[in-house]
Amino acid sequence: MEKRNLTCIGCPMGCQITVEFDGDNISRVTGNSCAVGDKYARKEVTHPERTVTSTVVVTGGDRERLSVKTKGNIPKDLIFDCMREINRTSVSAPVRIGDVVIHDVCGTGVDVVATRNVGKAG
Amino acid sequence: MNGSAAVRQEEHMETIDIVIIGGGPAGLAAAVAAKKNGAGSILILERDSELGGILNQCIHNGFGLHTFHEELTGPEYADRFIRQVLDLGIPYKLDTMVLDITKDRVVTAMNRTDGLFQVRAGAVILAMGCRERPRGALNIPGFRPAGIYSAGTAQRLVNIEGYMPGREVVILGSGDIGLIMARRMTLEGADVKVVAEIMPYSGGLKRNIVQCLDDFGIPLKLSHTVVNIEGRERVSAVTIAAVDEHMKPIPGTEERYRCDTLLLSTGLIPENELSRGMGIHLSSVTKGPEVNDMLETNIPGVFACGNVLHVHDLVDFVSEEAERAGACAAAYVKGSVPPAEGPDIPLIAEGGVRYTVPCTVNTGRMDDLLTVRFRVGAVYKKAFVSVYLNDERILHRQKKIMAPGEMEQVILQKKQLLAVPDLKTITVKIESE
Repeated sequence: MEKRNLTCIGCPMGCQITVEFDGDNISRVTGNSCAVGDKYARKEVTHPERTVTSTVVVTGGDRERLSVKTKGNIPKDLIFDCMREINRTSVSAPVRIGDVVIHDVCGTGVDVVATRNVGKAG
Repeated sequence: MNGSAAVRQEEHMETIDIVIIGGGPAGLAAAVAAKKNGAGSILILERDSELGGILNQCIHNGFGLHTFHEELTGPEYADRFIRQVLDLGIPYKLDTMVLDITKDRVVTAMNRTDGLFQVRAGAVILAMGCRERPRGALNIPGFRPAGIYSAGTAQRLVNIEGYMPGREVVILGSGDIGLIMARRMTLEGADVKVVAEIMPYSGGLKRNIVQCLDDFGIPLKLSHTVVNIEGRERVSAVTIAAVDEHMKPIPGTEERYRCDTLLLSTGLIPENELSRGMGIHLSSVTKGPEVNDMLETNIPGVFACGNVLHVHDLVDFVSEEAERAGACAAAYVKGSVPPAEGPDIPLIAEGGVRYTVPCTVNTGRMDDLLTVRFRVGAVYKKAFVSVYLNDERILHRQKKIMAPGEMEQVILQKKQLLAVPDLKTITVKIESE
């Protein structure tokens, strides 16, 4: 049986939640003051996910960097693998918001997409 | 300039219905609303080389949950408004610095194409945003080595220019930009050693503390501050210490961190040099203009919105406020503002409420509903937000939690205000029961 302490992000209360669990099997959630906290804590312990935002190099553009994001959440433990792939990537201008920059990043099924427009230089 | 030259220039001065100072989230939303509410000519003056303001460097997500019901990054949120400005054909000038605005709304500005120029504005909307509190205002001892940045400067270097300002980082202040940069620098390979916060609570959002610090095991030390910075050419170490209830460092609690970079995230100040220059009354609490229910300053026809008015935590509320300023400015230039009835009634902030925006209300002019935004001065759990009309309490609502980092609001109803004979004051306060 493992025990983990979490801060709920559901609202500014920031309840200190304790989750007791064994693998994916959650036996007890305590410290939360509402259902949002319970749901958050269960997900956070079994399969936590995050959106990753960063930039990639853009060539021939009116700027040096293109901001990007994972189009959906990816597993939290893949954040740094995702960053390595992002940092290996460069694209050429022009780029439009929503253009796919990396397909299926780290085999997550999630694309990395552009979050701004970059026009051609000059 | 002699007298006759001044007269000649006056004759040639272009007149524009609404001139908006700043093309960030506030200026963009104000422009769109002004156009939709029937303003004729509008001009946005922006000093950066693109529209969107600070959102362009805020590449993280979490923007727009209230406005668009989805999580956008800063540039995506800005783009939603920039597209509306372009679709409505609202003119704007980039790389343009506004130098002066007179009481009768003559705007002096300059850029490389037009040189120095003046326009006469029917109404002015101030949307200049805010800037970070600099190191000089913090009284940290030590030399002046390289490697000390405001968090926002580091954000610009990393996200726009593509430079890493350092590899081993200490952050002073737990405002949201500092928290966001702790994660951003970590993702780019830096070692963020600690975030020190002088207050006993963080000014940042819970979500950011969890996802920017806890996720990466970065410690947050509350009631701690920087007491020494080492290094002559470049920062080489930073010492932090615990502080007592008077915020004085406690001897013996010092901890030294080897690092090459110190980021400062210690608060934002509305940027009101232009407002001050034209004689606008500024609040000593918000450092922004004192405005009435139309978000109009003490100078008729001059409105303010967004972070130049008071610092916001959520851009959604900036957009909402700016839409109101845009609509009111449009009404002003069209001459369709409802006539005032009686004197403006002061809104008084008391008992834990630090300020209110607006500062005054006129029952003739106001809409049926008026949003009053405010901040509290400390953390309150299970306390009540109360509103009094004269001495009568008309609102008493319990909140699970209120904190200085989260803007609060109450909504005033015109009919409730009209129902009170001889209304003199409206008081917003926090009560324990």
